[in-house]
Amino acid sequence: MSNFIIQTSNLHHVYPGNVHAIKGISLAIEAGTKVAIIGENGSGKTTLVKHFNGLLKPTEGVVKVKEYDTRMHEVAFLARYVGYVFQNPSDQIFSARVLSEVEFGPKNLGYPASKVDELVEYALELTKLTKYKDIHPYELLYAQRRLLCIASIIAMDPEVIILDEPTGGLDYKNLQLLEHIIHELTVQGKTLIVISHDIDFVAEFADRVIVLHDGKVLIDGEPHDVLKNSDKLKITGVRPPQITRVALRTIKYGIDARTLTPAELYSQVKKNLNK
Amino acid sequence: MSGNIIEVSNLRVRYRGRRKYALDDLSFNVKRGEFLAITGPNGAGKTTLAYSLNGIVPHLVSADCDGSVVVEGLDTKEASVSELSLKIGLVFQNPKSQLSGAALTVFEEVAFGPQNMGLPKEEILKRTQEAIDIVGLNGLEDRSPFHLSGGQTQRLAIASVLAMRPSIIVLDEVTSQLDPVGTFEVIKTIYDLHKKHGLTILFISNKSELIAAIAERVLVINEGKLVYDDTPYNVYSNTEELKEIGLIPIPIAEFASLLKREASIEIDRTPITDDDGVALIKQLLGVENE
Repeated sequence: MSNFIIQTSNLHHVYPGNVHAIKGISLAIEAGTKVAIIGENGSGKTTLVKHFNGLLKPTEGVVKVKEYDTRMHEVAFLARYVGYVFQNPSDQIFSARVLSEVEFGPKNLGYPASKVDELVEYALELTKLTKYKDIHPYELLYAQRRLLCIASIIAMDPEVIILDEPTGGLDYKNLQLLEHIIHELTVQGKTLIVISHDIDFVAEFADRVIVLHDGKVLIDGEPHDVLKNSDKLKITGVRPPQITRVALRTIKYGIDARTLTPAELYSQVKKNLNK
Repeated sequence: MSGNIIEVSNLRVRYRGRRKYALDDLSFNVKRGEFLAITGPNGAGKTTLAYSLNGIVPHLVSADCDGSVVVEGLDTKEASVSELSLKIGLVFQNPKSQLSGAALTVFEEVAFGPQNMGLPKEEILKRTQEAIDIVGLNGLEDRSPFHLSGGQTQRLAIASVLAMRPSIIVLDEVTSQLDPVGTFEVIKTIYDLHKKHGLTILFISNKSELIAAIAERVLVINEGKLVYDDTPYNVYSNTEELKEIGLIPIPIAEFASLLKREASIEIDRTPITDDDGVALIKQLLGVENE
């Protein structure tokens, strides 16, 4: 039995008006991994992930969530397995109270009351929203509304969570909280798929980076290998993280091009200092 | 008239029904033609400051205000929002929400402001085309505003403000919803407005690396108070203090901070750009300059 939770084979998607958004993507995502999908607008990122929970169906090819072919199943059924957090909180939030917003999903899935309570408590705790549970979502700061959207999906306990641009407008503390949430969820065995333009964030959290360009996979691999390809990335408008850019310019002094984060650069330099 | 184009003195703003001040005793001046970045964590008061500069606070959003804000010689308490809008233009985070909704084309959208100013037709056409050219949307004049990319929509929002011929533009998180291509387009446009057209720019953002690359001066606001007002180098060298406040550190400055914390290596000047980083590594590894 394979450990792949999402698989696409020769996926094509053509929107009305003959817009060919996905042009033959075959990939398999292993359960429990943290995957980043990057690429410029129009490269097909959102179209691709909307196939992962059945919001879109393939024009050609097959998408499987676990053993389920998405063409044979409703979004409502697939929502048990794959949760999707939208980029803009106003596209998702509709309740007048934080608590009811988070309760809606698990109740709707028909979970027993005790399980709903347990999941809601866990989701609010993890996103640090417990103390705001009785207020109106619009009294929350923008960053907290984004966390509320994540909490609503966590409470549905899906095996896969998709986050669309989760870091936009988050400050350092909320960014760290987001990284903590993602870490906790993977410890629980969840699979995280994140669409992001935030290359520093991608460098910190991902264990696999898929770069899309023009509806196809341009590069797919471990972040250290992917993000040092400055020439190939340039096609998509993406620059490697600052630390990698500096590393690429100091290779001849013994710095490894596969350096992503400040901590990694520090250990590189330290190793060379001691020589 | 040279000197200060904006003078903010002891500004305090408290929204009705709130206990805490959104802005608390803020004072700073902006010189004509400056490129100033304003940064701070979520909820610091950055957007309230933007609203206070063109009179949205207190004229349209009710709040208790003390102190004074003077923009191009106009006291914002006395001047109307429409009067102030001719001096200072605001552009916001979400490009789509800034469209008038009434215009069918890019040209009409940009012409909306000058039309409402009651200018003669030739002047409206002239200003509209000029603004479109400056942001580089020429060729797209007849396109629907709803059929543009994120970067194009944001440049359209900038053009709509430019057509009013303000001397100051305030940009509030204008790149936070854009992809790298769109961000580059918008930053290049803003840079040109500053360099080529001499506009005073107030760039509100929490992208530290971007700010360090483009701004001449940085204000850091936390809980409504001004905590730093200095050059990017002097501000971003306070890596640990900024993280404590909630600002995202510049990666290469964070690296320098690690050297200091973990290996007690003191650095004369905190690196903030790629060039600084390369120079520092060469220095650390004892590489001679070739």
